[in-house]
Amino acid sequence: MLSVLLIVIAAIFFTGIIIRAKSLASGRKGPLIMQPVLDVIRLFRKGAVYSETTSFVFQIAPTIYFSSVVMAMLVVPFGQSRGVLSFNGDFIFFAYVLALGKFFSIIAAMDTGSSFEGMGASREALYSMFAEPAFFILMGSLALLSGHTSFQEIFAALHIGSQISYALAALATFVLLMIAMIESSRMPIDDPKTHLELTMIHEVMILDNSGFDLGLIFTAGYLKFAIYGALIVNLFIGVIPYEYAIPSFFAIQFVMAVSIGLIESFMARFRMSHNPQFIVALTSVSLLIFFGVLLILQKFM
Amino acid sequence: MNLVIAFLLVPFGGMLFIPFLKVSRIGILAFALLFINTLISGYFAVQSLIGEAIIFSFPGSFITGEIPIRIDALSSWFIMIINLVFLTGGFYGLFYMKAYREQRNNLALHSIAFLFQYTAMVSICVIQNSFVFLLAWEIMALTSFLVIIFDHEHLATVKAGINYLIQAHFSIIFLIMGFIWVASKTGSYDFQAITSYSASISEQASLMLFLFFFIGFAIKAGFVPFHTWLPYAHPASPSHVSGIMSGVIIKVGIFGILRMLLIIKTDYVTVGYIILIISLVSGLYGVMLAIIQHNLKKLLAYHSIENIGIIGIGIGIGSIGLGTGNQVLATLGFAGALLHTLNHALFKSLLFYTAGNVYQATHTLDIEKLGGLIKKMPQTALLFLIAAIAISGIPPFNGFVSEFIIYIGVYNWLSDATLVSLLAAVFTTSGLAMIGGLAMLCFTKAFGIVFLGTARSELPLSCKEVPFIQLIPLYLLAGMIILIGLFPIVFISLLSHPVSLFTGTVGFGLHPAQVNAFKSLQPVSWASWMLILLIISIFMIRRFALSHRKISTGATWGCGYDAGTSKIQYTAGSFVRTYSKLFAPFLQIGKREDEVHGIFPAKAHYHTHPYDKVERWLIDEPLKLNKSFMGRFIFLHNGKLQFYILYGVIFILAVISIPLIYENINLFIGFLKQL
Repeated sequence: MLSVLLIVIAAIFFTGIIIRAKSLASGRKGPLIMQPVLDVIRLFRKGAVYSETTSFVFQIAPTIYFSSVVMAMLVVPFGQSRGVLSFNGDFIFFAYVLALGKFFSIIAAMDTGSSFEGMGASREALYSMFAEPAFFILMGSLALLSGHTSFQEIFAALHIGSQISYALAALATFVLLMIAMIESSRMPIDDPKTHLELTMIHEVMILDNSGFDLGLIFTAGYLKFAIYGALIVNLFIGVIPYEYAIPSFFAIQFVMAVSIGLIESFMARFRMSHNPQFIVALTSVSLLIFFGVLLILQKFM
Repeated sequence: MNLVIAFLLVPFGGMLFIPFLKVSRIGILAFALLFINTLISGYFAVQSLIGEAIIFSFPGSFITGEIPIRIDALSSWFIMIINLVFLTGGFYGLFYMKAYREQRNNLALHSIAFLFQYTAMVSICVIQNSFVFLLAWEIMALTSFLVIIFDHEHLATVKAGINYLIQAHFSIIFLIMGFIWVASKTGSYDFQAITSYSASISEQASLMLFLFFFIGFAIKAGFVPFHTWLPYAHPASPSHVSGIMSGVIIKVGIFGILRMLLIIKTDYVTVGYIILIISLVSGLYGVMLAIIQHNLKKLLAYHSIENIGIIGIGIGIGSIGLGTGNQVLATLGFAGALLHTLNHALFKSLLFYTAGNVYQATHTLDIEKLGGLIKKMPQTALLFLIAAIAISGIPPFNGFVSEFIIYIGVYNWLSDATLVSLLAAVFTTSGLAMIGGLAMLCFTKAFGIVFLGTARSELPLSCKEVPFIQLIPLYLLAGMIILIGLFPIVFISLLSHPVSLFTGTVGFGLHPAQVNAFKSLQPVSWASWMLILLIISIFMIRRFALSHRKISTGATWGCGYDAGTSKIQYTAGSFVRTYSKLFAPFLQIGKREDEVHGIFPAKAHYHTHPYDKVERWLIDEPLKLNKSFMGRFIFLHNGKLQFYILYGVIFILAVISIPLIYENINLFIGFLKQL
């Protein structure tokens, strides 16, 4: 339960902090930290415009997308406290329930019959496919290291002791951060602030959404970031008591948001054709973690 | 015993009466007979699934020896699947075949073949005598050929049928070799002889024996590289037959592999690794080729190869569990494989039936020509969507449950492992994840292009939803898909008996080890329930929030230009273009294009023809070589009778003289040696 509360709080500020960091880096004052949340509240109170081409798929897709992200949030633990749902193999459920949301956001984009949205849908489907093996290998290595197969037990049993494990935690952080970037369509893969439909991925898929539905999609996006942030935090807090764990949760989330803002300010998006190579490289980093685990467990004897 | 004989006589009854009926009655009688037979076989199957195995014995003849018939839990699981798919398929076929009423004789032949096919398949599941088993296997191959070539006025259909027939007989050759090997050593056709013989020989020899059977059954099941018949046969046959072929005929191959694992005593770890590797390759290769197909049924056919791969992964890890004595791993592996067999039968037959609806309404299966069907056929679209989500392995439907069990098995495997098995486990998980992701790419493409957007070509005016009664079996399948997703425990307890045949425990109900293995399924079903409740409640909130607001409709955002035609939509080819560029080394796509030139360009075109690299290098090229080699001797085949008589004379002379010459040469060599 604790994790849900923390993730929701983090999600409220996360995107605002990214935007503020970007504005400061470019020498502007920037909007309120709470502005993204205010935008969503405004959207929830608006009417909607639907394209004539669309069908019931377009109507239910944002709801299912949002629900899938919320379900994913429910299995994420926080240190010793379990998620709302915790069972063996819950990380498989985590990945697959997010896939449900993706499936619907892709077909909703195709429902509009727009060539732009079809393009975004095609890219989203391809990139998320490449990201999945990295996640499963990472979780498999952690499961092997800890001897457990649920998020909470894995994170509680991770012993950060030797130098190799520190290296592993750093690599795991990198992998999770990059998966978060891919899943939330942020910088090196996708540029949320681009103005040209041809260069978008996620933004172009939701061109035709408006009002309540758009609000749901935005909220789900904020939550997704905080969920991955929480997973990264979990790599480090282990069984630390709450009075240290909770502040470090917010500190890490804050650092993550600021660094995403800075990365987006000083880095250009990759060329579309280079994205798959980058994402496949992520899988090899996961494999590196796996071999690191094998080293620690001395399986190479 | 009498019931078994009645079961065998029913199709002959059909053969007597069906040809003389009015055309509108043919289907009804055939379905009624099928129904009687499913009742009989279902009666036995249910008994043995929850109780003890049922054993009959027929005296047989002096050639076959005694014919034991044994309905154990594994047979009954497959009989239940066969019954379910044949009943829904038969019922669907009643309406699907209405369009072919003028071909009366053809329909009669089709119905009779259909009945015999069913009877042969159920018999295969229970017969324990290799001679009769092969007989039933051959009847199944021939009747399948007959039902495939229903539409034999098209050359492509006949070609696909003959391709199937030849490959089916390759499968039989391997089976015959395996059975003859045992029969020649033991003198008995009984399956028990295989068990005792394989236990008595060395491990390498029994592994060889298993491989003979494995290749034979793998051709039927469609494992890569033995899959090439499948993508032709499925699209060529009528849709209810495609559903049945993909739903159960290839599953008979899986049944054979599982049966051989039970009766052949061999080195299960090696067998497990072999199956695992072939399955991973099949899974990945099947879905990789499925993505680039333009023909809806061919796309689904390649997906069958993928799903056979997933089932095989389950069998592979299960068999490794058996070999290493890891009960939990074996339980999870076999349970995942068996449940996925049922699941695949459900969603794949549903997909083929909906594809049949699409064909019935639009008379085309080329997805590049379709689009926007969700408005004209909303129920078909919904059913296709349910099956598409299920086949992509996404919760809350059944595909997720079986893939979840296999994942849990693989992660469980990590706990007691050596370096080799750890590497295998990590590649298996990433392979499974990759298969899941690619399946999602494929089915978002299939659903999005066929049903969403607007029509990409002029569709016939008569394009509308099929009558509701035709949709009833489809709803039944969809209901099963949802049920398994929401109540997996019920189906897992049904599976406890077939699985314990492998793991060696007895009795009905979950055993402590099994309970332990499946303990995370209960929370998974809760999670699925929560997901559905969450979706419904948020949808209600949304409805409430929108009820006071202004809702309007407008054109799709077109960057300020809203006069575009449906031609500017994304097509299936463009949806997967980046993919096909990335995976180019594995694919073979023929292209014909005429690019746009000049200021006032002429008409341009762009065609792609996906082809199968394995088929090219394994079938086409060797055949070509074979043909060019044989072509050298074509002068012998000159059509003159005198020459043929001469060949006969030469042959007889050779037969008589070679032994004589041989002896002389031997004498000569002996003479040389003495020197």
